[in-house]
Amino acid sequence: MRAAIRVASLLSLIFTSGQALAGYQMNLSPGVTTFSQGAYEIHTLVLWICVVIGTVVFGAMIYSIITHRKSKGAVAATFDDNTTIEIVWTVVPFIILIAMAIPATRVLLAMEDVSNSDMSIKITGYQWKWHYDYNVGEKAEDISFFSNISTPDARSLATSMNVVKDENYLLDVDNRMVVPVNKKVRLLFTSSDVIHAWWVPAFGVKKDTIPGFINESWINVPEPGVYRGKCAELCGTNHGFMPVVVEAKSEEDYAAWVASQKTAAADVAASANKTWTKDELMAKGKTAYATNCAACHQANGEGLAGVFPGLKGSAIAIGDIARHIDVVIHGVSGTAMAAYAGQMNDVDLAAVITYERNAWGNNAGDMVQPSDIKAAR
Amino acid sequence: MSAVIEAHDHHDHKPTGIGRWLFSTNHKDIGTMYLWFSFIMFFIGGAMALVIRAELFQPGLQFVEPEFFNQMTTLHGLIMVFGVIMPGFVGLANWMVPMMIGAPDMALPRMNNWSFWLLPGAFGILIASLVMSMMGMGSAPNFGWTFYAPLSTTYGPDSTDYFIFSVHMMGLSSIMGAINIIATIMNLRAPGMTYMKMPIFVWTWFITAYLLIAVMPVLAGVVTMMLTDRNFGTSFFDAAGGGDPVLFQHIFWFFGHPEVYIMILPAFGVISQIVPTFARKKIFGYSSMVYATASIAFLSFIVWAHHMFTTGMPVEAELFFMYATMLIAIPTGVKVFNWVSTMWRGSMTFETPMLFAIAFIFLFTIGGFTGLMMCITPADFQYHDTYFIVAHFHYVLATGAAFSIMAAVYFWLPKWTGNMYDETLGKIHFWLTTISANVLFFPMHFVGLAGMPRRIPDYSLQFAEFNQMASVGAFIFGFSQLIFLYVVIKCIRGGEKATEQVWEGADGLEWTLPSPPPFHSFTTPPQVK
Repeated sequence: MRAAIRVASLLSLIFTSGQALAGYQMNLSPGVTTFSQGAYEIHTLVLWICVVIGTVVFGAMIYSIITHRKSKGAVAATFDDNTTIEIVWTVVPFIILIAMAIPATRVLLAMEDVSNSDMSIKITGYQWKWHYDYNVGEKAEDISFFSNISTPDARSLATSMNVVKDENYLLDVDNRMVVPVNKKVRLLFTSSDVIHAWWVPAFGVKKDTIPGFINESWINVPEPGVYRGKCAELCGTNHGFMPVVVEAKSEEDYAAWVASQKTAAADVAASANKTWTKDELMAKGKTAYATNCAACHQANGEGLAGVFPGLKGSAIAIGDIARHIDVVIHGVSGTAMAAYAGQMNDVDLAAVITYERNAWGNNAGDMVQPSDIKAAR
Repeated sequence: MSAVIEAHDHHDHKPTGIGRWLFSTNHKDIGTMYLWFSFIMFFIGGAMALVIRAELFQPGLQFVEPEFFNQMTTLHGLIMVFGVIMPGFVGLANWMVPMMIGAPDMALPRMNNWSFWLLPGAFGILIASLVMSMMGMGSAPNFGWTFYAPLSTTYGPDSTDYFIFSVHMMGLSSIMGAINIIATIMNLRAPGMTYMKMPIFVWTWFITAYLLIAVMPVLAGVVTMMLTDRNFGTSFFDAAGGGDPVLFQHIFWFFGHPEVYIMILPAFGVISQIVPTFARKKIFGYSSMVYATASIAFLSFIVWAHHMFTTGMPVEAELFFMYATMLIAIPTGVKVFNWVSTMWRGSMTFETPMLFAIAFIFLFTIGGFTGLMMCITPADFQYHDTYFIVAHFHYVLATGAAFSIMAAVYFWLPKWTGNMYDETLGKIHFWLTTISANVLFFPMHFVGLAGMPRRIPDYSLQFAEFNQMASVGAFIFGFSQLIFLYVVIKCIRGGEKATEQVWEGADGLEWTLPSPPPFHSFTTPPQVK
């Protein structure tokens, strides 16, 4: 085994193109929660049972291959049946299976017990981002936000090479989910479009988010820290680009984070009442477009042929402004175009529509104010 | 007696030219077409795998857009499952079942023709959607070979309807093929060949055919529900209309899990023919082999939801499917123990078919172990949808099912062509394939456990080393198959003449026929004692 690892690392050295690479891992990580540790223990147990059985079976085979060969003058025996041994190798595996099933059942039952939680967070999967809503269950707080990959350029062949690939490449988001340590946090999962799966290996939690249905699980993180994961269920073009980042904070830090979120929300609400200039809208629109729209319609506005329509020169983006607003905030039913009324605030919607009407050579020339969006909602 | 056979040989005229193949009702010609179809699809599906592995050689996007990457994973899976493994085994059944049971041909020869000729149409449609995608007209199916709703319904590309039609045709082909095999085995066995005297390969196909008849209509049902959801306003899988996306997964895996055994039971049959031949010893525990096969087939119907542990099933259901799945380890273990006992105190030689069969037993067992690990629900929460499962199903399907087909081709090629294949090249092919397959698939266990999800076009840096290894293995594996192609063509074109028995330890009716066998296998039924 050690020799195999050495060969593997030697091979990897040969194939490493001089780039600094993060250390690799070959086994499941024990993680930090009772879930992940339970999964790790049962994984280790079953793995070793398999190794032992494998050693016996493969050992017998290898011995036979070496010894019972015609070139060594072996003469074939004539037995082709033995009831005793056949009963033994049916009953013994059955007993081993029971020995595996008992701890597995114990771990599973503990995982599925979501009672007595201290707080709840509702997690909604979107193509291709996460939404975290703290305004549910006990100790509800009026906080909700989207969490997008922090390197949107990684999603396209043309721009991928410009992205700095550090140890958190594809594992960083703009807004992290934040939880207090040592609290039982109930997680509710659903989706607004297709099935996604929210997964943080260090928590041992992987749950599908299913449109129209709510799943639940829970975590109780003992240590402050940042925990990373990914969407695990194929959910369309950018499935590989929707990381999960959870930050566990001490009780005081968590309280401070809650307060700062509320201040930020008040600032955004205030900015919706002022009148914006076109330059301001275009600048803000460019960012909002990269975060919310570019995954489908692409950064250059050309879309993906046959999959997602382009906006550059499109009849909607340079045509009637009321129709454009309607499509963006209400979506187009039966297509992948979602309703953004609930996903973006008035300022970002105004900015993004203004941007779409005036970017990439689109020359509608007009602009949309947050107040127009408010009226159209 | 010999005069009668000679008189028959005069009627042994084959149609010639393209008509021989288009209108063929001959089990050998149709078997040959199935096998060539499978071989061609193996290279097409393999080329797609190489696109995937090239993109995954390094972090970052280098060759294809994520959208095209998804089309590659989808079509690679569909082609390998429905276009390579299944037709490969049907081809073997067509060739060997009549010869093994002492029949002149299949029971329903015209249906046999139709079963085959549906396949090029079905895959033509599927591949046409990819060609159109590459020409910038829409997208090929991009939702994975498991095509979960609503990604494949509300959010599916226009080509999804092509895909549905294609799956319907494949299903029709499989059902007719299965009916034919059952009819042949039930009605055309030679006098004296009772069920418990049939070769294991015939037994495994007999049971597989029942599985096909049971579950292919379920697949047809689920794609029909997709069709009406997409085009006729139903909401089977759309929660907004009162449907349930998880219902799709239940129906799909009720088909999908028996499908897994459809792809492995005939492989068990092949290995059970080859191991005794080269160990020069009868198969150990014949009747337990038969009962184990039947048990696996039965269990395959009550374990489907182990593919769905993360969908949020009630804990009682999770426990049931975990326990039921664990039980499969017992009959599967019995098979492996029986093969090892067959080898034990035999007089073994190691020609290429035996090498592939031994590699099958080793590597399939590794896939079996990871399968056992994954049935443990709490651990599966970590393994599910990662490269660990990609490693698992490639160990059972690539180094399992595909290896068994390669073993079968080397084993029976001298019988089919009348010529021995090139043993040296066969061994080179074996060693390159086996070593590269492990360089390709073994590191996937590590990246999966380390947390790399499947079906992603780009990954974080900590997965880089093992992905590079896997990609190197993939290219060696892929190009090694050209040697296989060369060996097959060389053998068809000539070589040392094969005897009737071909292998010293060969036993069974197919080895009593000349090599190559006459156009109509047994015109006079042989007597089985």
